[in-house]
Amino acid sequence: MSAYKKKNENDISSSSSGSEVPDKMSIYQDCLKTFNESPISPKKCRLLLAKLLNILTLEGYKKSFTTSEATTLFFSVSKLFQHQNNDSLRQMVYLVIKELSSISEDTLMVTSSIMKDIQSGDNLIKPNAVRTLTRVLDETTAFSAERLFKNCIVSPDSSVCSASLVSSYHVLPIAETTVKRYGTEAMQAIFTPKKVSTYNNNSSSSSSNNNGDEGGSKFYPQSSYMSEYHAFGLTYKLKNNDKIALMKLIQNDFNSLKNQFLKVEWIKVVGELIYKDSSLFSNFEQLLYNGLYQSYEAVKLEIAKLITTLIVDNIAPVNDQLFGSVLEVLKQFLVVPRTSTRFASVRLLNKLAMVAPTKISVCNPELESLINDKNRNISTFAITTLLKTGNSSNIASLISTINKFTHDVSDDFKIIIVDAIRTLSIKFPNEWNVILQFLIDSLKNSDGGIKFKNSVVDCLIDLVQFVPSSKESALENLCDFIEDCEYSEVLVRVLHILGDYGPTASKPSLYVRHIYNRVTLENSIIRSAAVVALSKFVIINGGNNASADPTLAKNIISLLENIKENDVDDEVRDRSAVALECIKENHPDLIKSSKTFDLSVLESKLTQYVTNHEFDSPFDTSSVPQYSEDERRALELKRKQDEINDKNSGDFSSAGKKSKKTDASTKNNGSLGASSSNTTFEQRAKIIHEYTEKLYEASIIPSDGSSKFGKLLNSCGPVPLTEPESEFVISAIKHIFQNYIVLQYNIENTLTDSAVENVQVEVNTNTNKTSNLVFDSSTIIDQLMPGANEQCYAIFEKTSESIKEEEFSNILTFVTKEIDPATQQPFAGDEGFDDEYEFDPLLLTCGDYLQPLFTADFRQDLSKLSFGDSCVYNIKENITLQQAVDKIVLNTNCLPLENTQFIMDESEKHILKLFGKSCLNDDIKIGILIKMIKSSKGIALKAEARSNDQELCSDLVNSLI
Amino acid sequence: MGLYISTLFNSLLGAKEMRILMVGLDGAGKTTVLYKLKLGEVVTTIPTIGFNVETVEYKNISFTVWDVGGQNKIRPLWKHYYRNTEGIIFVVDSNDRARIGEAREVLQRMLNEDELRDAVLLVFANKQDLPEAMSAAEVTEKLGLHSIRQRQWYIQATCATSGEGLYEGLEWLSNTLKKKS
Repeated sequence: MSAYKKKNENDISSSSSGSEVPDKMSIYQDCLKTFNESPISPKKCRLLLAKLLNILTLEGYKKSFTTSEATTLFFSVSKLFQHQNNDSLRQMVYLVIKELSSISEDTLMVTSSIMKDIQSGDNLIKPNAVRTLTRVLDETTAFSAERLFKNCIVSPDSSVCSASLVSSYHVLPIAETTVKRYGTEAMQAIFTPKKVSTYNNNSSSSSSNNNGDEGGSKFYPQSSYMSEYHAFGLTYKLKNNDKIALMKLIQNDFNSLKNQFLKVEWIKVVGELIYKDSSLFSNFEQLLYNGLYQSYEAVKLEIAKLITTLIVDNIAPVNDQLFGSVLEVLKQFLVVPRTSTRFASVRLLNKLAMVAPTKISVCNPELESLINDKNRNISTFAITTLLKTGNSSNIASLISTINKFTHDVSDDFKIIIVDAIRTLSIKFPNEWNVILQFLIDSLKNSDGGIKFKNSVVDCLIDLVQFVPSSKESALENLCDFIEDCEYSEVLVRVLHILGDYGPTASKPSLYVRHIYNRVTLENSIIRSAAVVALSKFVIINGGNNASADPTLAKNIISLLENIKENDVDDEVRDRSAVALECIKENHPDLIKSSKTFDLSVLESKLTQYVTNHEFDSPFDTSSVPQYSEDERRALELKRKQDEINDKNSGDFSSAGKKSKKTDASTKNNGSLGASSSNTTFEQRAKIIHEYTEKLYEASIIPSDGSSKFGKLLNSCGPVPLTEPESEFVISAIKHIFQNYIVLQYNIENTLTDSAVENVQVEVNTNTNKTSNLVFDSSTIIDQLMPGANEQCYAIFEKTSESIKEEEFSNILTFVTKEIDPATQQPFAGDEGFDDEYEFDPLLLTCGDYLQPLFTADFRQDLSKLSFGDSCVYNIKENITLQQAVDKIVLNTNCLPLENTQFIMDESEKHILKLFGKSCLNDDIKIGILIKMIKSSKGIALKAEARSNDQELCSDLVNSLI
Repeated sequence: MGLYISTLFNSLLGAKEMRILMVGLDGAGKTTVLYKLKLGEVVTTIPTIGFNVETVEYKNISFTVWDVGGQNKIRPLWKHYYRNTEGIIFVVDSNDRARIGEAREVLQRMLNEDELRDAVLLVFANKQDLPEAMSAAEVTEKLGLHSIRQRQWYIQATCATSGEGLYEGLEWLSNTLKKKS
């Protein structure tokens, strides 16, 4: 075929140099004329068809011909079917019809003719015929092709079989039941070697099963066994909702498979099964281990990839031997000539580096040699991986290695490195010295554009915020930097950060001098920023601060007055006037507000306000959550930590999740909560926010907050209360109001054939005697159609302020009605029958009353809290330390500090540091130090909590898990 | 190339090519007629979605027979195959009294087409083996063939499964078309 196309291209180019250029329309006319001739000339037709094909593929379907032109062409081409016994013409006809079928109408006209070819044509044209047939079939005609597809699948010819398998795959959307009828044949084709069509040997191969490798390759030397891969694809598609069937399929002998793509897919399915049920991992361990010593690179990589995800996502415990083999394979691949293999390998190592940096270090020599790889992506990954393998002892040498290398690379690349360094600064707060030096060096270095400088400044700002010990040194260096900085944007940011953090430093006057220099030397934008920064010094440093330096405040005020009088720019003068007024009237909030709004909520509320045109009443900010400085930093740190985690577990796990989602596309919403340990903090916050919106939409709670409910203090969840594959998928969110508790149940009906009505959750508090909750009311969902997802609520009134642990037992009551398949509605007059469904109880613990809080110095803050309590746990379940940590973080709602929520290396010991505050009273803080040891018997925990509220302290420590 | 030579020979020996369009309501037996002529045997058929095309040799004439499906949704597409048609074979299920009126309408509408102005018409009153079948005369009357002007037509009682009457039909076609040219 390509030969024809080539010829045709030559044809066009040679004739274009001549007098006439054959354009689209002249070919169109030629086609109509030539194809309608009687008798036709096959050679001429073939050439014309090739030209047509050229137009169709080069210009794209939409641009090439209009629908009516295409239809006319199609019918002309269809006339060539009268010309039998010329296979090469027939092949061209098929190719053209295949292309035309997407623009032409009435293409079903050739159905019978194609079917005849498939039935009795030569094996040479059968594959083309089958592929074209799928393009012209529709819902009404697909069933008639069943026998043809089936016969082709059992055909001994590899290409015929492949064509039919792939075509079946493509008609699945319109004819799934038809394809299912020959699913068995498709499955058998996985294990049946086929011959390639050039082999003119009629020995029956469909029945002869694989007789081992040598036998197969002797008889079918030229086969790539592609049909087996296609057969697997189709079989998987047919069975992918049926776990048991997939298990049975996968239990066939992996080693007897011959096609490498098939093997890769096979491993992917294994991975999917393990993701659905991690207990299956042990069944496949041997398969994966053996697979790592197979000959195909792709198969080895796929296995390495699967094991990497299992480790990174913490799905199943991978033993050292298997892990070792994976590393060995990846290490070998780092030095192969093929770029894609090197890339794949270094990418996987990069992911592994997050969870097991010390183990990866065996690959360090290879990784270091990759830093200078000519492929930029590979060198980037090599560097970031190396940085991740860094620990407090080797970080300095790593950074110096990188320093040597960074001079001759582009800015984009430098930014990636700075990002990696930033990760390090959060991971190893104690190593700030080396990091700071590196950053300062790159900042002072004259080369690098604004983007690069900005990212370095970003990184420094992170240091200032989250690594308190580095604060002064970093700020001083920033001051030096702004003395000679050409980018206003960066300058403004530095001034802002100096204003925020300078006043509380040991020598604020130092910063004031630097800032005031800006006022005299720079443009108006920078001057305005400097004015604001200066005024912050007065406000933060003045007044009640004991260490305040009254002369400094006085000096700044006179500086500001000077600016107000003499500056040439309006904005600068205005700002200094406003600042002076605020200082005089003592309105510190205008310059430096102690609280910031939750910006995403603020945005959505404002949009709502503007679109509703309710301008009669002023915008109400009280419904927007506000964060204090420490809370904001807690949130940000948490987000950044999650980012690190996310970046590293990265695309692969999300791909895994995606495939999971498509599998369970009917039930994805309900499982939001189920995978909550995998979702990041930010995603969780977003989910909670969405559900809270629904709570207001349902108008159960008036959104102004003025009602009997009081303010919304905290929302926690979603907590999954059912298995993700049960008939109802239910998760719950606990909303804690000042005077009430609202339980929001998110219920999804996963049944396909019944609707449920009058859905209600019967909630009972199990700890009746001591309960301080009184059932108030609950809501009913009128109707829940299959696949629908609705919320219902149960409301409890609090009788006292104190926090009590509660267990709510839940029973779902409803009326089931069968769905009429014709109308997709319940049968009219069907009264249905009452039913109930009990699901997991919901716990309300004191963790639900807590909010994460940031602290710069955990140990010192802990010692300030007066009450202490401790508790010892012994977890018998077979879970990893990481799983235990995830669970505790989720249960306590506190902020993990100093990156202790990640278990570095496969160590058996871990210390988790958590900090939080009560949502009832901002002054009640709590810190927990948890020491964990994993042994063969389980995990032993010792938790020590300190708080300024004794009850909270002992309650929390007793309800960690 | 092979075809060129055979065409050459045929024209030297006076062999003619003839383009025949075979239509009719669905289930009239067109595909069975085609393959009885082509292969001499009765094949199992399914409703034709689209068309079948075969060359049938008879008395030194090579008939290219286009058997186009008769289902409702395909009938509007017949028109694409009118061009260059020298003879129409209209197949009627003689046993289907309920739809003979529909067949008449379809036939009359087709005969009005300009592209078929010069085509001769052969009607096969098919399925004569069935006990209740209408005779050729009855079919002639029900189809209103007598009112056809300026067109040569002929009706032949046939039974596609036994092959009865098929070659008589072809005989008429070949004679008529020879005379025309």
